[in-house]
Amino acid sequence: MEALYLLIPLSLILVAFAIWIFFGAAESGQFDDLDGPALRVLQDDDR
Amino acid sequence: MRDIARDARETCWHCGQPAPPDTPWHAAIGDARRPMCCPGCAAAAQAIADAGLDDYYGSRTAFAACPDQEDAPALALYDEGMLDGDGVFSVEGIRCAACVWLIERRIAALPGVIAVRLNVATERLHLRWAPEACRPSAILRALRAIGYNAYPYDPSRHGARLERERKRLFLRLFVAGLAMMQVMMYAVPVYLAGDAHDPDVMDGDMRALMGWAALLLTLPAVTYSAWPFFRGAWLDLRRGLPGMDVPVALGIGAAFGGSVASLLRGQGAVYFDSITMFIFLLLGSRYLELNARRKAAGALERLRHAAPASARRLRSWPASGEADTVAASALAPGDHVLVAPGQAVPADGVIVEGDTEVDLALLTGESRTRRMGPGDAVPGGAVNVAQAAVLRVTSSARDSTLALLVRLVERAGQDKPRIALWADRAATWFVAALLVLTLAVFGAWQWIAPARAWPAAIAVLIVSCPCALSLATPTALAAAADRLLRHGVLAVKPHVLETLERATHVVFDKTGTLTHGRLVLRATLTLGALDRPACQRVAAALEAGSAHPLARALREAAHAPAPQASDARYLVGQGVEGVVEGRRYRLGGAAFVAGLAGGAPPAPPPEGLTAVWLGSAAGWLARFDLADALRPDALAVVRAFQRSGKTVMLLSGDAEASVRAVAERLGIVDARGGQLPADKLDAVRALQRQGAVVAMVGDGINDAAVLSGADVSFAPGQGAQLAQLHADCVLLGSGDGKEGDEGLWPLAETARVAAATGRVIRQNLAWAMVYNLSAIPLAACGLLNPWLAGLGMAGSSALVVLNALRLRRG
Repeated sequence: MEALYLLIPLSLILVAFAIWIFFGAAESGQFDDLDGPALRVLQDDDR
Repeated sequence: MRDIARDARETCWHCGQPAPPDTPWHAAIGDARRPMCCPGCAAAAQAIADAGLDDYYGSRTAFAACPDQEDAPALALYDEGMLDGDGVFSVEGIRCAACVWLIERRIAALPGVIAVRLNVATERLHLRWAPEACRPSAILRALRAIGYNAYPYDPSRHGARLERERKRLFLRLFVAGLAMMQVMMYAVPVYLAGDAHDPDVMDGDMRALMGWAALLLTLPAVTYSAWPFFRGAWLDLRRGLPGMDVPVALGIGAAFGGSVASLLRGQGAVYFDSITMFIFLLLGSRYLELNARRKAAGALERLRHAAPASARRLRSWPASGEADTVAASALAPGDHVLVAPGQAVPADGVIVEGDTEVDLALLTGESRTRRMGPGDAVPGGAVNVAQAAVLRVTSSARDSTLALLVRLVERAGQDKPRIALWADRAATWFVAALLVLTLAVFGAWQWIAPARAWPAAIAVLIVSCPCALSLATPTALAAAADRLLRHGVLAVKPHVLETLERATHVVFDKTGTLTHGRLVLRATLTLGALDRPACQRVAAALEAGSAHPLARALREAAHAPAPQASDARYLVGQGVEGVVEGRRYRLGGAAFVAGLAGGAPPAPPPEGLTAVWLGSAAGWLARFDLADALRPDALAVVRAFQRSGKTVMLLSGDAEASVRAVAERLGIVDARGGQLPADKLDAVRALQRQGAVVAMVGDGINDAAVLSGADVSFAPGQGAQLAQLHADCVLLGSGDGKEGDEGLWPLAETARVAAATGRVIRQNLAWAMVYNLSAIPLAACGLLNPWLAGLGMAGSSALVVLNALRLRRG
């Protein structure tokens, strides 16, 4: 049980890190177009 | 490859609309020659095939848009504004996934283009190019060649603000969601351990650890995600009006403060999980609402592009008649511009050459055109009806009256409809009563059992849901607007839906509304010395400059090139008079032509046809019989209105006989012909004085004043520019008279949506009443703990918002 005293703060740090990455991704425009990538998958550009 | 084959009737391979049986237009796509409906589609399809992109037809899931057949707007003028090789364009006509591939592939293949990316959600094309190798006009032209309209995107417009709001809200929503899920992980063990405080199950230190971890995770949610609620509550309080944000902010603040106090004291319940869940669900509802509003705003932007963007500036006038195409915003006082008939004047100016009729209806409400000549001042935005004229600009385009009108329309789009204002006011009263109740509950519990006072008060604050009023009503209206937009209906004024639902009478115009507006010359009866082809050529010459459907029919009928008519004067509702090859003629209504030819018209027209007479000083010369086909959906639309209990009327400027014929076919009892614009307006006013609510569906240059006078007005598609600006609601994608265009059906759809919207809003209000009346007493009695209250409130608000969003699909 004492392991939780280490793991819980560690998970808080991970969550903070996750938020930081998310903000970076949002600022760089990844979430601006949620429909386009789905349509692009269907394109057939192998030729 | 999906086969979009049809039956034996020919359909255009490109846009899917019916093609004429022996269509002369084809395009070679792959190995086959495919039929096309018009030269525009044929050109676009050929361009696609020539660029080696005919895979588009194999992978598309929807037909393309039929390309604009009008002359390409002056694309070269865009080159001046975009010199640095970086730009964003709005693109029209994207229909399915294959369009994305087609556009990106085609543009990438152009020389000098560095990067191209199409954002499907916002329909914007992001481009980077090398300025020395490529110009934006070439890119726009290439896009037009394959059938897509594009123009530069102006970020200062209203739509951009909604976009930024949406992005910020999305970030807040994500943080709230993350916080909610993580806090729940630490709250569940505490719940499972129960209240026993048994050290073998979970000791005090562990509880404290869980509590502190939950606190740290809740901090970003309360400070960042819930910030809009606190700010909204602060603004509401400053104004003195309690709004929906006040109980929310109070609830969150009280719950958070109470939980921190419990944590520090080491005893008492903590509510971090309720708080985060509450914030997340409430933000979720707001996000859905904002999305619905953003979609509705997008199409309104495209309407605003109707203001003239370009002008033909005369380089050195009067020395030469050569004109450059420049941006309207680049005009400076002192420039000379040439305004063609049917075009809007790009900026305020004074006429220096040309006798013409100018329509000021959109600025002054006059229904008759005003005759203007050299020396008269013309405001920007007025439409030049009769003849080309040269103007000297007196003020820049930005200050022109049309620009002012566009700004007004923008502001109207931000105004809330009456029902939304009512909902806001009702919500205010609700919240005020709620705050009083909360204080009472707190006081009562303090007296009865102080330990339960705090949770009970918080529960009351949180569980109450004025969401049906403040949240669901705007969502319902935005969802309805979005659905209407997908059917091609654009509500310019906010009151359209509610007034249409209340309307008792629906008044239709005939030409162009119930009929295609595309008159065809059926027969020519010669009455005098001139033979048939000569009469037709004279008529075509006189009607050369007019945009009226009668004129178009006469011009199309004349096969030989028409001579020039000089001194042509066009009188609204009567006809045109001019001099052709030395002789003076009059073309128009019988009374008008009789003024020159003398005497009564020789032979009346047959039943159901519209007659246009030609006469000269020597006597009557010809009668042209024109017929106009009814729209295929006109009968269904009239029936739909009559079934819903509205009275349908027909008021038209055409002859009584043809009006009666149409009325009989459609089952309209009250139909009057021969109505001048003033007569129509009088009829509408008479109805209104009796207490009726009048909806008007009209088109054409004559209807502008009546459209303003009715309680709610509709104008189909690309009718005269004027009628569009006067109508409260525009039926896009119709009205060019092509076979198979969807003309009036969107109108019946609008009526259905109006009824559905009213129903949904009433449903939401009923639910809100039931929910609040049962949940608030429960919370006041202390039977609900905060997490249940949060769940209830968020669930209720999600329910009303989802119910409102149902309107999007119908």
